[in-house]
Formats: sequence, structure tokens, C-alpha cells
Amino acid sequence: MRVGVVVFPGSNCDADCYRAIESFGADVKYIWYQDRSLDGYDLVVLPGGFSYGDYLRAGAIARFAPIMDGVVEFAEAGGLVLGICNGFQILLECGLLPGAMLPNVVPRFRCDGVRLRVENAHTPFTCLCHPGQVLSMPIAHAWGNYYADEATLVELERRGQVVFRYVNEEGVPTPEANPNGSCHSIAGITTRRGNVLGMMPHLERACEALLGGTDGRWVFASAFEFLSGGVELGRLHLAGDGPRH
Amino acid sequence: MRFKAQVRVTLKESILDPQGSAVKRALHAMNHDNVLDVRIGKHIELVLTADGPESARRQVQEIADRLLANPVIENFSFDLAEAGGEAG
Repeated sequence: MRVGVVVFPGSNCDADCYRAIESFGADVKYIWYQDRSLDGYDLVVLPGGFSYGDYLRAGAIARFAPIMDGVVEFAEAGGLVLGICNGFQILLECGLLPGAMLPNVVPRFRCDGVRLRVENAHTPFTCLCHPGQVLSMPIAHAWGNYYADEATLVELERRGQVVFRYVNEEGVPTPEANPNGSCHSIAGITTRRGNVLGMMPHLERACEALLGGTDGRWVFASAFEFLSGGVELGRLHLAGDGPRH
Repeated sequence: MRFKAQVRVTLKESILDPQGSAVKRALHAMNHDNVLDVRIGKHIELVLTADGPESARRQVQEIADRLLANPVIENFSFDLAEAGGEAG
């Protein structure tokens, strides 16, 4: 399994991602943002951080880095792409995922533990989870307030593209459990094909018990299980199979 | 020819502005109770060379649309004027 972690100027969770992915026995490499090719990779991770200092808007400048043409091409060919935090913001800016990020409604940087409910367990990134499973992991962001217009939100919900939602101890999405004001308490979404996931919570920081939890392993383990062919494709919610509800 | 573009990027009306809300609360704490709304945007100045105002306008439009503003949440407008000084 070959995994690439893209390093932009200002990425600061690249080493955390590397370490977490390495712990699964995968062959992981850093990919410099000036590179162009992603040939031979099975999974590409856009890590968290502050690419280009979050200048203009978070992810706005990184989206034009040379490697991003390769990322878009890789995603369009069906390759697995995972954007975490700043990586999610870059995926929104480049248009692989719909919507945009606004500053948190609470006027501060949120560095906290959150609970996420798995809303769709038929994606390459959640195929080992059960629907409704609640995962604990940290968030650390100032711009994590997910916004999309009403028509886009309806479409995302209808197609099962909302993969993770912020919930409380009872597994219920409430305004109090929503750390940033995101529309529909959205913490993570995929493309219609399910092969590109963007999420704000730092799953890579929840991959070792010593660091406070291992729930992030569900996401990486799912992706590796999917890539190794251990999951029946028919089970997965892929493009064109219509509404799920 | 040398042009200067002044680009204004503003949040769409329908979008809540958490930064503006925080500033409004601060203004109220400073007893400026009559401030009813605060919206924060960006002002960006570009100096560029172009064959004429039309090509400059087209280029600034594209720059603002692709990078300076995010059309999902923001609107933009700009003024363009011939700028003094040496071209290039």
C-alpha cells in the first residue's frame, strides 16, 4: 500500500499523518507541493496546518500549488484522497468538494475533543465502521464552520455524502455539540463517488492510546481494507446509484 | 499601459459574518450602541500592465473570480484606473 502525504509550505500535521499511516505498515512518502505526479500511489493525504499562512482564505493559495493538478487528476481517476483540516479546506477551495469554510461562530480557535457520528458507513473511509458509530477525536481550527447553500446541503444529505456529524454524548447532533457552527453539524463530507473525504477533526492525532485515543484508526483501517479489496464494492455507495433515503 | 485595480471582496448578504459580529459586540461594549451591523470584507490593490482598459478589466475579473474571492461565500467588485509611473 503506497500512501503519499502532501507537504505544502505551512503544513504542520504532515509528520503526524506519516507516523499514523506508518503504524499500519503502509509504505508512506512525503510529496513535495512542487511535484506534479502521483503515479503509483493508492491514497493521497492532504494534511492539516496553515498552508501559505492561511493568507487570503484557508487553502485558497495551496489550491494553486503545482501538485494540486495531480491531486485533482488522481481523484477524478477514482484514487482515494483524504483531506484533514487544512487539507479539507484545500479540497473545498479547489472544488473537489462542494461548499466553503467560514470562521468559527464562536470567535476563537477551537482546540478540543469532539464526537463524530458515522453517517455513512458505505464509503472507502468508513467501511469498517457501523452506521451511527460515534468516534472521538480532536479538532484544532479557527476556520471550520462548514457552509454550503441550501440546495447543496439537500443534495449532500440525499446522496449520503455527509460522512461525519458532530454529536453529543448521546450521539445526537445539537447546537452545543457543534464546535464551529457548521451547517447541519457537518464534520466531514465525500464526493459522490465516495473516493474523496474532507474532514475537520484530526484523525491522525487519534491513532495511539498514548495520545488520548485510537478512534482515528477506524478511518485509515477502512481505507486500507477498501484498497486491499477486502470490502465488496457492491456494498459501497458509489456514484450514480441514486438517493439513499 | 499601467493600471491600478482596487478590488473589494465582501461576504454575500445571506452569510453570517462571525468576525463582524465579534467586532459589533466590541463596539457595543464601547458604548457605540447605535451600530446596528458590522460586515468585514477585504480590500485588495493590484497594479498591472495591459494593452488597454478592456483587457485589464477582463484580467482583473478573472483574477478576482478564480483567486481573490470564493464565489460560494463572497461577492466582489472593483474599480480600475490608469496608473502613473513606468510600465513593467
